[in-house]
Amino acid sequence: MAALPPYAGPAGIAWHYGFRVFCGFVLLFLILPILVIIPLSFNAEPYFTYSKAMITLQPEAYSWRWYMDIMKNGMAAPNANMWSWTWLSDSWNNAQWIHATKNSFIIAIFSTLIATALGTLAALGLTRAHMPFRKLIMALLISPMIVPLIISAAGMFFFYSSIGLSQTFPGIILAHAALGTPFVVITVTATLAGFDSNLIRASASLGASPPRTFFKVIVPLISPGVISGGLFAFVTSFDEVVVVLFLTGFEQRTVTRQMWAGVREQISPTILAVATLLVLVSILLLTTLELLRRRNERMRGMSAQ
Amino acid sequence: MAEASAPAGSAKTTYQRIVDGGSLKAQLRRANRRQRLSALAMTGPLLLFLLASFLIPIGVMLFRSVDDPLVGEALPRTVEALADWDRADLPDEAAYAALVEDLLALRDGGADGRAMIGRVATRLNFEDAGVRSTVTSTARKADAMEAPYKAALIEADEAWGDRGIWATIQRLGPDFTAVHFLASVDLRYTVDGEIAPQPQERQVYVSIWMRTLMISLTVTLACVALGYPVAYLLATLPMRTSNLLMVLVLLPFWTSLLVRTTSWIVVLGQNGVLLEFLAFLHLVDDVDRPRLIYNMTGSIVAMTHILLPFMILPLYSVMRGISPSYMRAAQNLGAPPATAFIKVYLPQTVPGLGAGCVLVFILAIGYYITPALVGGESGTMISNFIAHHMQRSLNWGFAAALGTLLLVGVMALYWVYDRIVGINNVKLG
Repeated sequence: MAALPPYAGPAGIAWHYGFRVFCGFVLLFLILPILVIIPLSFNAEPYFTYSKAMITLQPEAYSWRWYMDIMKNGMAAPNANMWSWTWLSDSWNNAQWIHATKNSFIIAIFSTLIATALGTLAALGLTRAHMPFRKLIMALLISPMIVPLIISAAGMFFFYSSIGLSQTFPGIILAHAALGTPFVVITVTATLAGFDSNLIRASASLGASPPRTFFKVIVPLISPGVISGGLFAFVTSFDEVVVVLFLTGFEQRTVTRQMWAGVREQISPTILAVATLLVLVSILLLTTLELLRRRNERMRGMSAQ
Repeated sequence: MAEASAPAGSAKTTYQRIVDGGSLKAQLRRANRRQRLSALAMTGPLLLFLLASFLIPIGVMLFRSVDDPLVGEALPRTVEALADWDRADLPDEAAYAALVEDLLALRDGGADGRAMIGRVATRLNFEDAGVRSTVTSTARKADAMEAPYKAALIEADEAWGDRGIWATIQRLGPDFTAVHFLASVDLRYTVDGEIAPQPQERQVYVSIWMRTLMISLTVTLACVALGYPVAYLLATLPMRTSNLLMVLVLLPFWTSLLVRTTSWIVVLGQNGVLLEFLAFLHLVDDVDRPRLIYNMTGSIVAMTHILLPFMILPLYSVMRGISPSYMRAAQNLGAPPATAFIKVYLPQTVPGLGAGCVLVFILAIGYYITPALVGGESGTMISNFIAHHMQRSLNWGFAAALGTLLLVGVMALYWVYDRIVGINNVKLG
């Protein structure tokens, strides 16, 4: 497929280009819906279509109003002196979306910490040569990723309500930590699978104590896996809606819950502005992961592509 | 272990310690056991954590699908009086008297007892629509009733003169029940205790199950049709180009599900980007536009978009490992490109294809958010009904039964996935 062979006949040429055009369409199908909302989030009108003025790139057809709405909605005095200190603190304390963003970060950060710590430890155990019941345990540890979210959410709803954890931060953090652990286990196990245990022996034979070996040899080598697993867990929590819908109350509402309500009840362009910001977040994440992957390959002496 | 048998400070050599510690075999066994225990100890915290926060909650929820002690607790005397009832005719006076006694006991039980009447009425109503008012109104009138209670109850509400409600109470008397599972597949108990299909107007769930399977299957096939060529292209292009194009696959993969569903609302809506564009090109009638969203089409398109990366990524990683020289060799030996592809290339991609298909199918079958937002009536799936019974109708036992059936299906697929890929080889990104 790399290049069109010189002996290709007309059918071969048609196939070659036809195939590429088809693949081009599929790739557009993947990316266009995500890109299409970005300009619309700057629409000066509260509609979801490109107006004539937008297509002809008239500056007055574009505005920041929906982004301002993210900061203003719910404020005590949204029309006060903008960008003043009191206005900013009003927004920080009262705006709905800001409140939801803070909650999302709090929940995602704490659940990521729990998931990463427990998941890394478990992965270290799972890759030991003498691990008993490896398959069964692995299947159990991965199950939060496989079980349909609606079932996890229903189960957690009953159980957490019965022990008074529903509609609390600890409840939703524990739930998200459970959902995030499979990703950490998988990435760290994959990193450890390529781990050369001779490095540990080399370190020991050079006189390093086991803790020193752990911190100076093992940790630097597995840290890319741990960090990317952590990122997966973070995204899982940050993007999760179903369990949030069942387990949180108004106080713990997250960005996704707020978006869900917005899309369900009355979809406004503010949702598109939030969506655009979330796309930016995923671009950042993707870049971070790619950098980590390269670092990982470099550290193992593989050729960086 | 071995050290323990040698007193501290003794001048024994390593050789002696080995001898003291028993045979080499025994020591090896002991060392292995220690290794195993330490490996287990490392997975222990996570295992316990998941047990407490995830596995036990799900187990408890699933148990609700058969656990149904409410009627037995609320109407103990009635259930006991009905124990020997053969359902051939109406129960005798004793059962009617027991019911009145039970209702009076509940009414005297303060706020809890009165709440219990409401719960029993609701519970019975799930089985026999319309029974709720029968129970609540009878409970209100129970104070004034006098023997013979059979006539008094039938006068209070005609439903007591029918075997149906008594059969329902008798059936729900025991602590465990199978009615929820029967209802999940449109079956019920008749008055005579036989299993029969639900009446026509209540036959919903078999068609929902079929629709869920159909949508998942369509999405999986669409993902194969769209994903296989793209994975092939990415795997055969030079690394630099394919890494660049890979961003187009990975960015959607990393973007929030809610964002992507929202995008499709914007794209497919009645005044959305796509239809406006097509109407502008006069490809569709501007006034009578086709409906692309809030129906099954919406569900299928959005789910295909969301799940496509899960097909492309495993296929890509398998295809990268296939040497192009096989195809060249096949063509050299005279196979036309199509034959070479089918006989040589395709079989080598089967592991990736299988992994992708099972993964996409597993994820699709439990989808909730996307069908709820863009599926309308005809595009909703079983998860949406589970959520409905959890949050709206509050028929938790039934929701649990639907969930159990769904989970059993997913677990079976998980097992298949394990056979194809091996859980130890799951990769991400």
